[in-house]
Amino acid sequence: MLEGRTGIRLIDHFDASGFASPFAGVLPRDQFDVRKIVPKTYRKATKVMARDTELAVGAAAQAVADAELVTRASDGDDSSTYEPSRTGCHIGAGLIAADVDELTLATATSTDAEGEFDINEWGRTGMGNLTPLWLLKYLPNMLACHVTIIHDCQGPSNTITCAEASSGLSLGESRRVITRGHADLCLSGGAESKINPMGILRQQFAGRLCEAEQADDPAGIVRPFAADAGGGVLGEGGGILVLEAMECALERGIQPIAEFSGFGASQAMAVDSMGLIYDEQDQSVVSAINGALASGGCAPEEVDAILPLGSGIPEMDRVDAQAIKSVFGERADQIPLITLIPYIGLCGAGLGAIAVAVAAQCLREQVLPARIGVTQSGSHGLDSGPCSSRPAELNKVLVFTTSLGGQNVAVLVERWKGGEGQ
Amino acid sequence: MSTSPRVVVTGMGWITPLGCSLEEVWSHLVSAGSGMAPITRFDASTFPTTFAAEVKDYDFAQFVRDPAIHATAGLNTRFALGAARQAWQQSRLDDHQNLDRARVGLYLGAGEGVLDTKNYLKTNLSAWNPEARAVDGARWIASALKLMNDHREIEQEPNMPIAHLAREFEVTGPAFNCLTACAASTQAIGEACDIIRRGEADVMISGGTHTMIHPLGVTGFNRLTALSTHDGDPAEASRPFDRTRGGFVMGEGSGIVTLERLDHALARGAVPLAEIIGYGSSCDAFRITDIQPDGRGAAAAMNMALSQAGIDPLDASSGALPIDYVSAHGTGTQENDSIETRAIKRVFGELAPRIPMSSIKSMMGHLIAAAGAVELITCILAIRNGELPPTRNLHTPDDGLDLDYVPNASRKADVHTCLSNNFGFGGQNDTLIVTRYSE
Repeated sequence: MLEGRTGIRLIDHFDASGFASPFAGVLPRDQFDVRKIVPKTYRKATKVMARDTELAVGAAAQAVADAELVTRASDGDDSSTYEPSRTGCHIGAGLIAADVDELTLATATSTDAEGEFDINEWGRTGMGNLTPLWLLKYLPNMLACHVTIIHDCQGPSNTITCAEASSGLSLGESRRVITRGHADLCLSGGAESKINPMGILRQQFAGRLCEAEQADDPAGIVRPFAADAGGGVLGEGGGILVLEAMECALERGIQPIAEFSGFGASQAMAVDSMGLIYDEQDQSVVSAINGALASGGCAPEEVDAILPLGSGIPEMDRVDAQAIKSVFGERADQIPLITLIPYIGLCGAGLGAIAVAVAAQCLREQVLPARIGVTQSGSHGLDSGPCSSRPAELNKVLVFTTSLGGQNVAVLVERWKGGEGQ
Repeated sequence: MSTSPRVVVTGMGWITPLGCSLEEVWSHLVSAGSGMAPITRFDASTFPTTFAAEVKDYDFAQFVRDPAIHATAGLNTRFALGAARQAWQQSRLDDHQNLDRARVGLYLGAGEGVLDTKNYLKTNLSAWNPEARAVDGARWIASALKLMNDHREIEQEPNMPIAHLAREFEVTGPAFNCLTACAASTQAIGEACDIIRRGEADVMISGGTHTMIHPLGVTGFNRLTALSTHDGDPAEASRPFDRTRGGFVMGEGSGIVTLERLDHALARGAVPLAEIIGYGSSCDAFRITDIQPDGRGAAAAMNMALSQAGIDPLDASSGALPIDYVSAHGTGTQENDSIETRAIKRVFGELAPRIPMSSIKSMMGHLIAAAGAVELITCILAIRNGELPPTRNLHTPDDGLDLDYVPNASRKADVHTCLSNNFGFGGQNDTLIVTRYSE
């Protein structure tokens, strides 16, 4: 992101050319092998991992290493940093689509003379073609299931399934669990891949995707807050953060990356009953942001940068922009926005935690990443136009995410200043 | 616990295989009724399991302000709308002139919607390339865009029930959906209580809804060999704690409660139905398919809930048992019922055999994500009515399963405090403790 390099590229693991856009934020299959990440004794279990679970397992492994935690998965040490029972896990997930090739191979022997699916033959013989554990690949809580087994997290564990708001809500839940004393730390975030036929189809049906058959610059497909914004682009990814009670983190002598200081959540009033289109008068995003600011004891003037959903879907960009203007008033056009979607696409349940991780990294490094995709200053009067990465004095960054379904979440992240006055 | 706000239940409702009102379902539960019958939703005649507990004679239009608003809603959402309307009415929140709807949140453990199996499989097969052992992407997309319905696909997202409930009741507070398999709605209610305790909402609409009675749902559980394949009367198929138990029977439906901060409820003159005093949550972190055999995770969840409630599970010195009734997860699988029994003994020690515990899944079937919510409502009705629902079909006790499972017939009892357990495939264990409301 400092170099402005996008992860959006042509989908090449199946022929997606019939969709509105064959581009997406794709992690190339040859750059990520979950078998190399899990402990050797756990390799067999990777056979029953959906792509979403692989992403969560990969992100969790990085987070554990980055936090210098010793868990059951760590080599050569048998004493974990934390009591397993004091370790929670909250990993948001999406509606995981069955692998279409695996399922169709199984159903192909249950057809009648016309080639139509024959449910009686399926009941008699066909379903036996599916591996006994087939269903367990696709339960949304399997992301947390695998991660908790690998790292021996025996504390509270939940799976929040609220589309793009899932992982932000999961972070909030981890925070509550730690605050009420039911865990000392949590692996928290989310992961999802919609880069499969059913995943893309549902988003196209929901009207969330831009049309882009070809693109010289894949990053330019999605143009958050631009006058010519034409819709979103999908992605796959996971973000897991280690959230830790401050006193516990300090006691074990590690340097926190940032403080998760505020959280707010709300439900939109929508024009439709599915929460796809937010009402013009909707105040719920403002309410989520204000909730996060209030719980973090933060005045709007103190926010140094904002990472909104910034989907490039014009109706949702309008919702983001209205909320920012409503909360920040005259200062709205002076607060730099961090726009993530041109880098990774809409990663569903993984998005919010990736966004918070980006915000935390910005705070740690005192830098703002490049804004790519757009070619001109935005049409909403916000600081969203093209720019290179640049140093910035950042103390508080606000992340907020709306969702397909109307759940909103806002997270306030603060610079770690060495414990003084924290 | 003593310093944090108290949370009470002020409304409840359910749509279940045993009926669609509190009183109707309760009367079936205490008379050991059964909701099981041959599956009617699709032709399951050649499946290993041919029966389930379906919701019958349910007309969701009677429960919503304008059915047209919810015209595209999936069956899971329709169940939730019916259950939530009952709860909302009982809570009388509509009569509260100053209700701040931005302070009313939602936390459901709702399952995903029902697959459009016919068109989904037709699309897949029409694009199948046997040589490549893969679907042809271009043909798949062309067929999908022609055959599949946009709303039907979007409505399968698991956050759609809360979206519809928000619209129906015009509430905009914190909104969550969780999906931890069979533990989901217990976990939802527990976390919803915590959201109220932390002051993030005054009222939470909480519970769960689910149906997996569709071809690939039954297929999935049949392949896991988790379902009963009982050959005979479906009403006798679910046999929790019995030596001859052979798996669970799928149910469907929804249970919803309105949870409210006590002072908020009292200030508007509401009558608390019960108080939620304990919630515990743990994870087995053991295996993908198996429960930790000592019941470690289940016991941890129960102990956490008991601790929050300030109840010592080993103390009966006052003459009263620490818990008057346990609503068991009690799925009727060999593994669950043995390990749950072990966990109860681990937690309650010598008192365990004296604490009555039953499984309403023997009558209602397993409502999967919604199971915890209907079981919590059952506990509250047991407190109100002074009667414990039985475990049906329990005739031949298994070795080591020697607790008081309230076999076959309901029992009158003075019930103050109940504990409700739910454990999910995937390792999540959740426990709620509910008690009779008193000042």
